[in-house]
Amino acid sequence: MNHDIVEKNIGIMLGLVIAVISLGGLAEIVPLYWQDAVVEPVPGLRPLTALELEGRDIYIREGCVGCHSQMIRPLQAETERYGHYSVAGESVYDHPFLFGSKRTGPDLARVGKRYSDEWHRAHLVNPRDVVPESNMPGFPWLADNTLDGADTAAKMEVLRTLGVPYTDADIAGAQAAVAGKTEMASVIAFLQQLGTHLGKGAR
Amino acid sequence: MSTGWSLYVIVLIVANVVGCAWLLFANRSVRIDPRQKGESTGHDFDGIEELNNPLPAWWTWLFIATIVFSIGYFVLYPGFGSYPGVLGWTSANQHEAEVARMAEKTGPLFSRFYGTPIAELVSNEQAVGMGSRIFANNCSTCHGSDARGGPGFPNLTDDDWLYGGAPDTIVQTITGGRNGMMPPFAPVLGGDENVKDVIEYVLSLSGREHDAARAERGAAQFAAICSACHQADGRGNPMMGAPNLTDDVWLHGGRRSDIERAMHQGIMSQMPAHAEILSKEKIHLVATYVYSLSHGGGAGAR
Repeated sequence: MNHDIVEKNIGIMLGLVIAVISLGGLAEIVPLYWQDAVVEPVPGLRPLTALELEGRDIYIREGCVGCHSQMIRPLQAETERYGHYSVAGESVYDHPFLFGSKRTGPDLARVGKRYSDEWHRAHLVNPRDVVPESNMPGFPWLADNTLDGADTAAKMEVLRTLGVPYTDADIAGAQAAVAGKTEMASVIAFLQQLGTHLGKGAR
Repeated sequence: MSTGWSLYVIVLIVANVVGCAWLLFANRSVRIDPRQKGESTGHDFDGIEELNNPLPAWWTWLFIATIVFSIGYFVLYPGFGSYPGVLGWTSANQHEAEVARMAEKTGPLFSRFYGTPIAELVSNEQAVGMGSRIFANNCSTCHGSDARGGPGFPNLTDDDWLYGGAPDTIVQTITGGRNGMMPPFAPVLGGDENVKDVIEYVLSLSGREHDAARAERGAAQFAAICSACHQADGRGNPMMGAPNLTDDVWLHGGRRSDIERAMHQGIMSQMPAHAEILSKEKIHLVATYVYSLSHGGGAGAR
């Protein structure tokens, strides 16, 4: 074969390069969009409640995902510490995913029910009150800010278009479920459900 | 993976591997004499000429090796569509094997203490030491590294127990967790004055400074309402985790304002269940450590 043709025609070369580098993605990523293990929720998974959803948005706002991953890998040392490794079916209602990639603090994928609400309250206001060696910043304003829930229903509508099975009743009751609650209460509600949906038998 | 997607992946893999092999084959050129100069590509600048030399042999062989490797990989490991590979490897069973290996290695270290009753085990320094490390890793986040707790988190060193301090009860508390709940009673008592009366009575129970006239009025309210959980004498009920109000331990604060807050807002306390976090053997050891803190003195000292 005369490789002159490829080397001297930049258009052909570009096309071939794109074809070659997309092969990996075509084989490894594209089929995932139709694979049950990835797109089917695990039994027992439910969408976030209105309050938990607001908590998730505060989790994003405060940048928690910058220091806390939500992805337990199938490694002995990790499952010993955090519990059953994360499975894809647990994250099908997450838009966006909050897997994170950095662990300045511990992984939070299964932090739900691991500590009491009161502990989270003390810890979020000033982490050093309960963990003296902690380097996590405090978030005292969460206890002072209250939510009005004005946008909660709209957020749930958007998530529904992305495939999260919110019912009309969920959306209609969203504002009432959130209004007047503190940001602290919503973040704690979000944290306390993390990783608790995977079937009890599997954990 | 469905058959369709499996075929799709197989076709891509075959096309890729065959394509690489063909590319190598189509561009092969064997040089007989290494001193012979390759033909010019026509690129020439300042007498420096680009030649169309064949690929170095080491590079060609390396390329062939990667093709052979990929075929070997697809035979042994999952990847070729839904074919699971000869080795049957998955990340899940690798994890299980790792866990089993670790359990085999560390299991006996923990289980050798499991048969010994906790009341006896507190005098075993090694068991208490191991329990203290499990405590440091799992319990100290709430109860403190010295196990003395803090506001809302019970002190475990003082032999004052909400749910009882017998070894079996401690194991049960760790395994299944506890939910303590005092509802807000101010509305039931009806009015701030009545709440204040009850607070004075509660203070009198532990012999603290109080308003005797108010306490006397509060006593009737206490007997009618509070005694259901805290008992008529205020000594509490370990069956439901109702604290003893006659001692000097104030888990949620002992100031008048703290007691008032409890009356108005109620108190919700949770001890998380650890059945899914710690093995039975580890719970046995950590319960031994907790028991040692109030029984057996220095064994738990670190």
